[in-house]
Amino acid sequence: MSAGLLELLLENSPTATEADLAATLRELTAAALGETADLLQDDDLQTALFLAYELRYSGLRGVDDAWEWHPEVLALCASIEPEFEKALRERALMPELPEPGVESVAAALFELTGSDTGPSVSRYLAKKATDEQAQEFLILRSIYQLKEADPHTWAIPRLRSRAKAALVEIQADEYGGGRFDRMHSELFARTMRGVGLDATNGHYVDVVPAITLASSNMMTMFGAHRRLRGAIAGHLAALEMTSSQPNRLYGNGFRRLGYNADVTFYFDEHVEADAVHEQIAARDLAGSLATDEPELLEDVFFGAAAGLYVDGLSGTQQLDAWTAGTSALRATETSSMPA
Amino acid sequence: MTEPDAQPAKRWDDQWEDRPAIGADEPVSITAYPNGPLLVRGTFEILTPTGEVIPPRRKTVALCRCGVSTLKPFCDGSHKAIGFKTEQEPPAPQPPLPT
Repeated sequence: MSAGLLELLLENSPTATEADLAATLRELTAAALGETADLLQDDDLQTALFLAYELRYSGLRGVDDAWEWHPEVLALCASIEPEFEKALRERALMPELPEPGVESVAAALFELTGSDTGPSVSRYLAKKATDEQAQEFLILRSIYQLKEADPHTWAIPRLRSRAKAALVEIQADEYGGGRFDRMHSELFARTMRGVGLDATNGHYVDVVPAITLASSNMMTMFGAHRRLRGAIAGHLAALEMTSSQPNRLYGNGFRRLGYNADVTFYFDEHVEADAVHEQIAARDLAGSLATDEPELLEDVFFGAAAGLYVDGLSGTQQLDAWTAGTSALRATETSSMPA
Repeated sequence: MTEPDAQPAKRWDDQWEDRPAIGADEPVSITAYPNGPLLVRGTFEILTPTGEVIPPRRKTVALCRCGVSTLKPFCDGSHKAIGFKTEQEPPAPQPPLPT
């Protein structure tokens, strides 16, 4: 059905009218949702949602920007999103909820993220990964990291008061304090180019597994729905709180493989940056939000738990593939990997 | 249409009597985050023991107070790994100095 979406967006069918293509897409989407064994691992549905969401970011080459707000595209998102959210709510491991308060929420978030015993891609990268595996790691990360911070920025106009100011303080740093060459997305692109990868946005979409797209789609869904502003705040907090030490290990891994500061700067920068961000995100963003709007408390923890769950699943798949001596990328006929 | 005011424009921060303008005169703030680092905001310089400026990489920095950061003087999140715990903030009042 993602092919059906592309056919509609590219308006390149010689025979079918737009209405026919739209009707076909609706049928294909309903069928795909009915048949999927696991929405989080469904390449077709996650690709379709990713493409529809990409219209809200950098757009799609050859696709008219007007499609972003086209009712058919919005309907496609609206048909997938409830199932996606339901799957995440069923499977994310929710902690016991604290009282809404800055101290209590921050403490509970630190406990949740600290007790996360997910697989350690970072330890593997630091100690064992081959050059090829390290490149695969960058390819998988590129789906989000080339638009790093953007999904959470959606929340800025949806928040008020202390939580808004805290999010702005974090995001300003994510965007390099207004300096292009310091923007985290730009630093990641520099890392990719440094190891010989293509840093064009979307270049590797076809070779990453569904769970990698699901991780990005989850952030966009949380960020783009005002109703889910608690979840996007919690997601950012968990992301920042599980970042400093892994990034130190990623940097060490690339140093071990012989790469210079041009490649490792992104990771080294994140050790320091995220040690700042996690404090602001846990207390001033998530803690303040849950205090000011206690009805969002549960979603703050849902966003955090969903992020940990999806990224844990993704990490497990990467490590399983690497330890089995296979690729963590999706098997495709033509690989985008450089020769 | 009204006549343009002959008065020179006031800068917006001139209207704030209780707060200095953002800039050199703004007091630096240091916030102790429980069980974590000190966050420093404002216009400040961090110096090495020999007086050289450590170039800041960001506007808000976190300074290590658990002692195990590998990025000192900055925090690298290591306090979580060692279970660093701080006292209740703010601290209890100090006894008065002898006169």
